[in-house]
Amino acid sequence: MNLIGVRAIYTFEMARMFRTLAQSIISPVVTTCLYFVVFGAAIGGRIDQIDGVGYGAFIVPGLIMLLVLTQSTQNASFGIYFPKFSGTIYEVLAAPVSAFEVVTGYVGAAATKSVILGLLVLATATLFVDYQIAHPVFMLLFLVLTAVTFSLLGFIVGIWADGFEKLGFVPTLVVLPLVFLGGTFYSIDMLPPVWQTVTLFNPVFYLVSAFRWSFFGTSDVSVGVSLAMIALFLTVALAVVAWIFRTGYRLRD
Amino acid sequence: MTPQDASAPGEASPPALSIRGLTKTYDTGFQALRTVDLEIQRGEIFALLGPNGAGKTTLISIVCGLVRPSGGRVEVNGHDIVRDWRRARSLIGLVPQELSTDSFETVRDTVTFTRGLYGRRRNPAHIEQVLRSLSLWDKRDARIRTLSGGMRRRVLIAKALAHEPELLFLDEPTAGVDVELRREMWALVRELRDQGVTIVLTTHYIEEAEDMADRVGVINHGEIILVERKDALMHKLGRKRLTLHLPTPLTEVPALLTHLDLELADEGHQLIYTFDTQAERTGITRLLQDLSSAGIRFSDMHTEQSTLEEIFVDLVHGAEEPRP
Repeated sequence: MNLIGVRAIYTFEMARMFRTLAQSIISPVVTTCLYFVVFGAAIGGRIDQIDGVGYGAFIVPGLIMLLVLTQSTQNASFGIYFPKFSGTIYEVLAAPVSAFEVVTGYVGAAATKSVILGLLVLATATLFVDYQIAHPVFMLLFLVLTAVTFSLLGFIVGIWADGFEKLGFVPTLVVLPLVFLGGTFYSIDMLPPVWQTVTLFNPVFYLVSAFRWSFFGTSDVSVGVSLAMIALFLTVALAVVAWIFRTGYRLRD
Repeated sequence: MTPQDASAPGEASPPALSIRGLTKTYDTGFQALRTVDLEIQRGEIFALLGPNGAGKTTLISIVCGLVRPSGGRVEVNGHDIVRDWRRARSLIGLVPQELSTDSFETVRDTVTFTRGLYGRRRNPAHIEQVLRSLSLWDKRDARIRTLSGGMRRRVLIAKALAHEPELLFLDEPTAGVDVELRREMWALVRELRDQGVTIVLTTHYIEEAEDMADRVGVINHGEIILVERKDALMHKLGRKRLTLHLPTPLTEVPALLTHLDLELADEGHQLIYTFDTQAERTGITRLLQDLSSAGIRFSDMHTEQSTLEEIFVDLVHGAEEPRP
């Protein structure tokens, strides 16, 4: 195991984040504040409570998920796409680092960044609403698992993309809609029955539901089901990454 | 002997690079390498010569792990690049042909990164020494995108040396490089060789191979068509031509001189004598005496030595002829 190699990739990627600290942190925090103002204040005034939780507090887990999912996908995809684009990927491919170590370095850094941002949003939310976290350990666990899973997705996107258009495609046209339709800002009880069924096919729904449970102790589906689904996504993502390295897909001729 | 040696004590140490039956056909069907066999000894400078598209970069890319071989075996210091890839790769340094560098990182960070990637512990003193040897120390905190092309090339070399490799590949290292950097680079390459580093460089500039290499390999159409010590190659094929300019043209080589390797050119105005520079007797004195006895006068004379370039062109064309 080349741990020094993993650390080299990880710190290199984290340095990239700290170099652009302002964009990395200010923009997500500002975006979240806007969501709080629009959804919490404007719409929340018309919606009293959902499952006994004030609307403002109800959307906190959803907002964190929104940010963590989009940021994980974006960061991880950019992290691996850029070396491919600039050509510097050659040294990662030529170095004595295994596929597992490469993924750990890149995905680990992207996930770390997302978790930090998620926690920042959590802290920012206290400025707007009062909330309690019923199961903080599970909250952290779900946060980390989600960040890792979607960073893996981002990694896959970054390998697959052969242009900047494709790079932007998945985060904006796949992940973002899934997050919006996955119960981020509402409980699926509020939807017509047909759409409730459709939502059950949305993977993000399970993430949001479980995450919300860790805050308020209530959720749309049982935590066990959510956890199983998260495990499933993680497994699928890992399998795809393993396939990429075994076949050399878009990495080695 | 280093701990990375695979050989048992008393056994001859394995070559720095051993390639057997290596083939590569790309998915497109293009056959880049047809059965390449090559052995490179430790501490030598080996020049791989060949025209563009001959398979030089494919060969290097396979050894470095960037391209998968279709068949054959490659060992670096006795370590198989597939079964024992971690060991094999940790011994290799690669300076790629393309100027692929980071943009926003500093010189020192990017070189330090490479060392870490190869699993070597931080060693700021070594990094400093590498950067100094490449005149990069003053630029250590400069972001790479602010550097000129030549400077970036130095950064790539510094990266390749960051983890103290035993086998260094330089793929077309002097493409687009000014004279000064070229000279510095060769000085560095010799220094590395003196430290025991094996160096494989690809080039299509013959002078480079002529200046630098201990041995020369010529690759064309994915096949190694010749491997020879450079001096032996020059010796074997390094013949000289003596051209005599005749004021009175000859229609044929005089009977008196037919025992010599002579030919006429320029409608009989030139008499060309080809001889071996290394031979005990070049036959020049005898030729001149015989000319004088035959009453043939000459107005001028000059000699030329065949260069590696001519040898190379001959070889490449010679190899091409049988192919339709």
